[in-house]
Amino acid sequence: MNEQPIVFAEPRTPSSFALIRVLGLVALISGLLIVLVYQWTLPTITEQRRLALEQAVFQVIPGASRLASYVVNQDGVHAQNSGASGRALYAGYDADGNLIGIAAEGAAQGYADAVRLLYGYSPECQCVTGFRIVYSRETPGFGDKLETDPAFLANFEALDARLNAEGTALANAIVTVKHGTKTKPWQIDAISGATVSSKAAGKAIGDSAQVVIPAVHRHLKAEGQL
Amino acid sequence: MRPDLTQPITMDTFLRGIWRENPVFVALLGMCPVLAVTNTATNSLAMGVSTLFVLVCSNMLISMLRHFIPKQVRIATYIVIIATFVTMVDYILQAVSPTVYAALGAFIQLIVVNCIILGRAESYASKNPVLSTAVNSVGMGLGFTLALLMLGSVRELFGMGSLFGVSIFGDSFQPWLVMILPPGGFFVLGAWLLLFAWWRERNVRKAVVEEAVHAR
Amino acid sequence: MQGESLTFVFLNAAIINNFVLAMFLGICPFLGVSGKLKTASSMGAATTLVMLISSVSAYGLNVLLSSFEIEFLRLISYIAVIASAVQLVEMTMKKFSPGLFRALGIYLPLITTNCAVLGVALFQTAKEYDFLQAVAYSLGAGAGFTLALVLMAGLREKLELSTVPRIAQGAGLSLMLAGLLSLSFMGFAGLGG
Repeated sequence: MNEQPIVFAEPRTPSSFALIRVLGLVALISGLLIVLVYQWTLPTITEQRRLALEQAVFQVIPGASRLASYVVNQDGVHAQNSGASGRALYAGYDADGNLIGIAAEGAAQGYADAVRLLYGYSPECQCVTGFRIVYSRETPGFGDKLETDPAFLANFEALDARLNAEGTALANAIVTVKHGTKTKPWQIDAISGATVSSKAAGKAIGDSAQVVIPAVHRHLKAEGQL
Repeated sequence: MRPDLTQPITMDTFLRGIWRENPVFVALLGMCPVLAVTNTATNSLAMGVSTLFVLVCSNMLISMLRHFIPKQVRIATYIVIIATFVTMVDYILQAVSPTVYAALGAFIQLIVVNCIILGRAESYASKNPVLSTAVNSVGMGLGFTLALLMLGSVRELFGMGSLFGVSIFGDSFQPWLVMILPPGGFFVLGAWLLLFAWWRERNVRKAVVEEAVHAR
Repeated sequence: MQGESLTFVFLNAAIINNFVLAMFLGICPFLGVSGKLKTASSMGAATTLVMLISSVSAYGLNVLLSSFEIEFLRLISYIAVIASAVQLVEMTMKKFSPGLFRALGIYLPLITTNCAVLGVALFQTAKEYDFLQAVAYSLGAGAGFTLALVLMAGLREKLELSTVPRIAQGAGLSLMLAGLLSLSFMGFAGLGG
């Protein structure tokens, strides 16, 4: 097909310089506007993020009133700005500055998409003390009961996460079992009708705990504090 | 440059976006956010207002620059302008309400590719003065928001038994979960369209009958 | 998330969280171009190609933007890349396959405003996929988009042969069909768990 360009009342094509000038000018205005808004909202956004993080961490470490951020990986616990990559780890302190718990992130594949959560661990009782879902697209009415089902939450009043004798791993891996078959303190009793989502939550905590908890205890033993 | 097809600003400039040319129910534009974020009335409202803001601001700017933008690069220019305002909304919403921002997720950024905005820029803002563009865009934006709310309220009401988070039916209500799941979006929008089609059909039939009666 | 296998990333984007039927991305072409089976499949292929190009470019761009710490320009640069990728596909197609180019007509430039394409770029950034995962993700998203389009086109071709009440003709009925398709795709959830 030989296409004839249909010319309306367009007398001449502007030079490429004119086109570039216009595009450049528009890009300049855009850039200015964006930077302006970015600078203007940045303090508020940072503050909101900090508040949200504090709220989440304090919820999984009952009694905490101050937190410090770390990064944890196979090698151990690092300061947040040390450049080490790994899982985010938060240490919670009470009003007197005593370490009363740590919070770490975990993630596992759930029913619809990944389930990401933040769980709390108490070094004193060597147990997981609670969790909070950070992101989930689990089916409403089934998988989203994780945070509200009282029987499921009862698992986390004191979920056993003791280390083995060498301190290299958990003595008993955290596992999720079918509803009504929990017999051991390190087992999680799944929600009836939402076994996949419950297993995802259990796996997210269990996988993360295998790395985080030994590292934290090594660090505590070597440094005496966190 | 194209001549201004200046039309006087009338009530119609404003109203046609809300009803007769409603972007969602009549033109079937911008379907992605319409279906994706309307699982609750609150999300629908937030999405509608964000889109309204981007629509009005970007189209006013485009209208201001309309004599200045060469035809050859107009689409690129429009997209850059729209993306600018979307980025602004993105940051402002993050600062104002992180909860709503988390619920809407990436769909705020996806406002860039909402066909309504580019469509308005191309068919209205590039040919009309600033004031009439503003009025028309506000109408279109409100029409979009209204449509989102109509979907969102129905889905939240049946899917959770509440409206704007306030429980309506009480605890004994067994929610229709399908309504807040993806298929519910398709079903509710389809149902609204069928309802409108039925209503239009009935009006046409009524008019025909009345004409026949008068003819006697 | 790190460490997801490539097969899983692909399946997740194509079937479990199908871009059209579960995430509501790319609904406009889904309703607009799903009339004929032939057009639907070519549209799917063209969109997949654009997705792949923009996903790879978006990955590079994100690395660049992060290294300069100017992430607030992400949206603008992504959309610019997508618009150029569409132009590129359009020119290539015009040269090597003019027939297909004419068949897709107006819908080719519209790929720019297909939310699924920008969606791929934004979601892969949000999920922090590495390069190979990003490629698998974009291919999966393209496959899912094509699948939804082709399924819908098949249904609508059948529908042309049946009598439908007057008020249900057009978009209303298509949406109801899409709802049923979406309902059946929900059965794939849990594949990864």
